Amino acid sequence: MIDMKEMLNPVVRNIPPSGIRRFFDIAAEMKDAISLGVGEPDFVTPWHIRDEGIYSLEKGKTHYTSNSGLKELRMEISKYLNRRFSLNYDPLSQVIVTVGGSEAIDLFLRSVLQPGDEVLIPEPCFVCYKPITALAGGVPVTIETKAENQFRLTPDELKAAITPKTKVLVLPFPNNPTGGVMRKQHLEEIAEVLKGTDILVMADEIYAELTYGAESHVSIASIPEMYERTVLVSGFSKAYAMTGWRLGYACGHPDLIAAMTKVHQFAIMSAPTLAQHAAIEALKNGDPDIAMMREEYDRRRHVIVNGFNDIGLTCFEPEGAFYAFPCIKSTGLDSNAFCETLLYDKKVAVVPGNAFGESGEGFIRCSYAYSVRDIEEALNRIEAFVKNKK
Amino acid sequence: MNYNDEKAALVLELLHQDCRKSLEQIATMLNLSVNEVAEMIDDMEKRNVILGYGARINWDEANGADAVTAYIELRVTPQRDLGYDRIAERIYQYPEVKAISLMSGSYDFGITVEGKNIREVSQFVSEHLATMESVIGTATHFVLKRYKYDGVICASPSKDEREVISL
Repeated sequence: MIDMKEMLNPVVRNIPPSGIRRFFDIAAEMKDAISLGVGEPDFVTPWHIRDEGIYSLEKGKTHYTSNSGLKELRMEISKYLNRRFSLNYDPLSQVIVTVGGSEAIDLFLRSVLQPGDEVLIPEPCFVCYKPITALAGGVPVTIETKAENQFRLTPDELKAAITPKTKVLVLPFPNNPTGGVMRKQHLEEIAEVLKGTDILVMADEIYAELTYGAESHVSIASIPEMYERTVLVSGFSKAYAMTGWRLGYACGHPDLIAAMTKVHQFAIMSAPTLAQHAAIEALKNGDPDIAMMREEYDRRRHVIVNGFNDIGLTCFEPEGAFYAFPCIKSTGLDSNAFCETLLYDKKVAVVPGNAFGESGEGFIRCSYAYSVRDIEEALNRIEAFVKNKK
Repeated sequence: MNYNDEKAALVLELLHQDCRKSLEQIATMLNLSVNEVAEMIDDMEKRNVILGYGARINWDEANGADAVTAYIELRVTPQRDLGYDRIAERIYQYPEVKAISLMSGSYDFGITVEGKNIREVSQFVSEHLATMESVIGTATHFVLKRYKYDGVICASPSKDEREVISL
């Protein structure tokens, strides 16, 4: 008999399962459980976008598209990035449409990494960068960002992590799970460190549209001398509540995009045609939807951040994405124990901060992609839980 | 204070969504002080911007609360010097009339009338509306089923269908 475990690639075998899912299967079976765990918008895709998807089916648009994606979509992506973030990408040579932002991350890392190349990953962060780096033969090198710096990457932290083997810096801001953002001045400081090096930047800007406050998101690609070395990864999931459509894109140097297209054409062929037609509508007429959803998230953000601070769980103000990342150290529990006891005692599911890297220990991630009513009920239960622990 | 003011518009939007929200909740959501919100609401109540606070009720689902709603198109001859306003004033006095608006297009007034049953509404239209001297025609449409009311879909609340995913 074949021992299938022995047949597996050791790199895959050694990848730990994601820590995010741990409690949710239990919560799903619990009556009256409230979850602040899901990392996707609670909004349904706006109707005019869904309708365009339906219309494309009615018209029989059921074939593959070109490997890079529909030309019209790439043109709209290019126009959108120019309109929103003052970026200039040639739609024909610098844009590739992918199956979600995640595929773009995979394509990029597989296209550039050679065995032993180091990838700098600021943590806490989205869980995919380390395993994909390892699968591509690279070496993940984590940089711990800190609460006192609002979980931003600082130039000193970056400098300290750079070695002759450093090939890529991942810049995942606005950040999942912390909600931290890098404003223009912070990006300029990072750019100063990178100038004169050959380090590439993978800017995962999937939450770019969910940036709160007077200043809107700034891409590192718009900072002088950073454009050429940056691959911009984004998608439709967060901005337009289109998670299930699985559509993202990457933009960057033509030689890089050509290489990524090679990997993409053999692994994936092309992104879903239905989703591409819907995405054209999203980019053409979806700006008011983004504004409406951002405004709603912003209100919930105020409710959850004030709520945690009132409870005594210090929560720095997240300026992006839809997560609050309160500190639970005052309870004397570690992240896992806090989440587990909270779930069994009060039926509230949240994600332990260390699921996003060791530097997340002592924190919990709470998504506010939930109704205000759910958020308030969860806060009430967490308050009762914390009072008991103190 | 001007009720077109941006902040006041946001307060109105939240109240319209759910008027049971507390001043504290509204203030937190909009990052305003409780006093500021209280003053705005007070001012808008005084100036008839806020006419009242009520629940949106799906009467089809309310036990023992059977009611019939009709939408009536009314064509009239406006009265000299008094125009349409005088006619509207006479019509909205009836408690059966829940809403009345002056319309553009092929009829003049759109009127929402409620009654216990079809007979009661028909009687009201034929005895009170159709007989008014300025009225030259009516068309009555009974509501058969409500799907969406005041921005809210009447069907049962949808479940959170998001599944567990490593994100």
